[in-house]
Amino acid sequence: MLKIKNLHASVEDKAILRGINLEINPGEVHAIMGPNGSGKSTLASVIAGKEEYEVTDGEILFFDEDIDELGPDERAHRGVFLSFQYPVEIPGVSVTNFIKTAINETRKAKGLEDMPANEMLKLIREKAELLEIDRKFLSRSLNEGFSGGEKKRNEIFQMAMLNPKLAILDETDSGLDIDALRIVANGVNKLKSKDNAVIVITHYQRLLDYIVPDFVHVIHEGRIVKSGGKELALELEEKGYDWIKEKANA
Amino acid sequence: MELKEKLISSFLAFENEVDLDSRVHDVRSEAIKVFENEGFPSKKDEAWKYTSLNSVLKHDYSVFPKHEKNVEYNDVKKYFIHEIDSYKIVFIDGKYSSHLSETTHDGIDVCLMSSALNKPKYQLVIDNYFNKIAPKDSLTSLNTAFSREGAYIQIPKNKMVDKPIQIIHFSTGNEAALMNQPRNLIVVNENSHVQIIERHQSLTDNPVLTNSVTEIFANKRAIVDYYKIQNDNEHASLIDSTYINQKQESVCSVHTFSFGGKLTRNNLEFYQNGERIDSTMKGVTIIGNKQHVDHNTLVHHIEPNCESHQDYKGIYDDSSTGVFNGKVLVNKEAQKTNAFQANNNILVSDKASINTKPQLEIFADDVKCSHGCTIGQLDESALFYMQSRGIPKKETKALLMYAFSNNVLNSVKIPEIKQRITKIIANKLGINIGFDL
Repeated sequence: MLKIKNLHASVEDKAILRGINLEINPGEVHAIMGPNGSGKSTLASVIAGKEEYEVTDGEILFFDEDIDELGPDERAHRGVFLSFQYPVEIPGVSVTNFIKTAINETRKAKGLEDMPANEMLKLIREKAELLEIDRKFLSRSLNEGFSGGEKKRNEIFQMAMLNPKLAILDETDSGLDIDALRIVANGVNKLKSKDNAVIVITHYQRLLDYIVPDFVHVIHEGRIVKSGGKELALELEEKGYDWIKEKANA
Repeated sequence: MELKEKLISSFLAFENEVDLDSRVHDVRSEAIKVFENEGFPSKKDEAWKYTSLNSVLKHDYSVFPKHEKNVEYNDVKKYFIHEIDSYKIVFIDGKYSSHLSETTHDGIDVCLMSSALNKPKYQLVIDNYFNKIAPKDSLTSLNTAFSREGAYIQIPKNKMVDKPIQIIHFSTGNEAALMNQPRNLIVVNENSHVQIIERHQSLTDNPVLTNSVTEIFANKRAIVDYYKIQNDNEHASLIDSTYINQKQESVCSVHTFSFGGKLTRNNLEFYQNGERIDSTMKGVTIIGNKQHVDHNTLVHHIEPNCESHQDYKGIYDDSSTGVFNGKVLVNKEAQKTNAFQANNNILVSDKASINTKPQLEIFADDVKCSHGCTIGQLDESALFYMQSRGIPKKETKALLMYAFSNNVLNSVKIPEIKQRITKIIANKLGINIGFDL
């Protein structure tokens, strides 16, 4: 599904990713861990197509298509979804109107008609229930004045609505209390299937108790320095990142 | 011949044609003198520092249209808010079109300035109100000198006008270049309520210059809602001056939607002559190319316990330019005044610019006055966020711009106007937003 080969990326001429290799297949859950500033969030943004980041070398293939030249919207149409670490507040656009627009624009890109209103309504109701989202919440301005937990639940709600092939969860656990964490993780798990894949980017092991990864990768200074199974996350939790850094720098 | 000379030399012929013995003859004669002395304003005038009329004044305008041209309703229907029943006062090239209009004298007067100026039964109203609140600056004086036609609306006491009134001026291109000078007088008496929609629309690529003056008198407890839809083509320029005199407990709002035109200058002045008055002025400006829109506002708080609310949003693309000059004047006697002013702007292109200048002159010591202006670009992180959900960049920008101007639309009381404005915004931004705004 996703093949990243020798990916180098920089922002404002500062190299952040320095040769990432990663392959993700349908049905897999990958965790990407690493200390602050290691390049985790940059990797997420580069896959999603944030313009500020320049790919200086290497390639990203999504279903064998090089997506480097595609805009973030076109990547979304192909099934890439990024759950933001800091979802942006959009005053004046309600959650419902936003998600309707997103769905219909994606359908339009695929040459489909707008989703019929009753079908849309049903889908919204069903997914809102999954994320334990109140109906009043849906008519509020997107992310405006939302609590940390509400923002993250809203991200996963959007993911549920858009049903992506590849979901990247960028520090979705940050700012979540245990109840919200459980709701979010439950939502993600319910959406998982043999046809889609998830990348969980996190600093801590906590979320991985709920969304169990098949593979764990550790990023340090823009490279994946260690990969392993889910037990690697536990090891990191216990020992911290220093031993990885030392090993990488040795 | 320069336009100024042409206008001055046309004045005698104009007076001969309308009526030398007219009651307003003296007012007109005095006004043409003011214009003769002052001429058109230039960038040297403080109030015109950022708006130059040079490119507009260079055309050889016909001052009086010679031919009448007929316009079919179906061809211009789209410029009306046609979804609702309304009174209509329609002018074609400055002349009244009875065929497109729907006026009334049934309990209210929705008719013509020309009849108000000429018919004896309106003499008292003209004596009491005509040119009483309009300031004596050169452009307003020029309009006064040539005042002959426009809308005349008089609402007696205790009357809820049953439907909105649309005032529409069309120019057809019958003349190579046309100068229009409509003059409107609106008197709303005690405890009455009226809604008015005004539009100037050119149907041609020939240059049009409109110098419009509207005087509005809102007497005790009157409610006036006024909507200006400015979406003309880029060969038409508009200088629109609106002066509002409010008496105690009256509530007046003016919404100005500026999307079109080559050059648009809005002078909007509120005078609060009474206590517990509420004045609202809101505006959305969305322009591009080389368009220019200038909002010049004044609220004069003369008496205590009054409020004013000002909220102007502007979105400027390409090489367009904007001006916001908002003055709030609070007299020493006007204690407990609440005055709010906000002007927020987005520059979509590097070549667009806005000059914004809030001016607060406060002489009372127990007032609440606030003002804020911002100039910014569209938030990059918001653009990425929305795009990453599959919304293309163009639609994303449009949605953000719509959201930005949204709270100005919230106070529009006629849903059909709100829909129309939303549609114009969507068209203007070249998109089809996937839901009902």
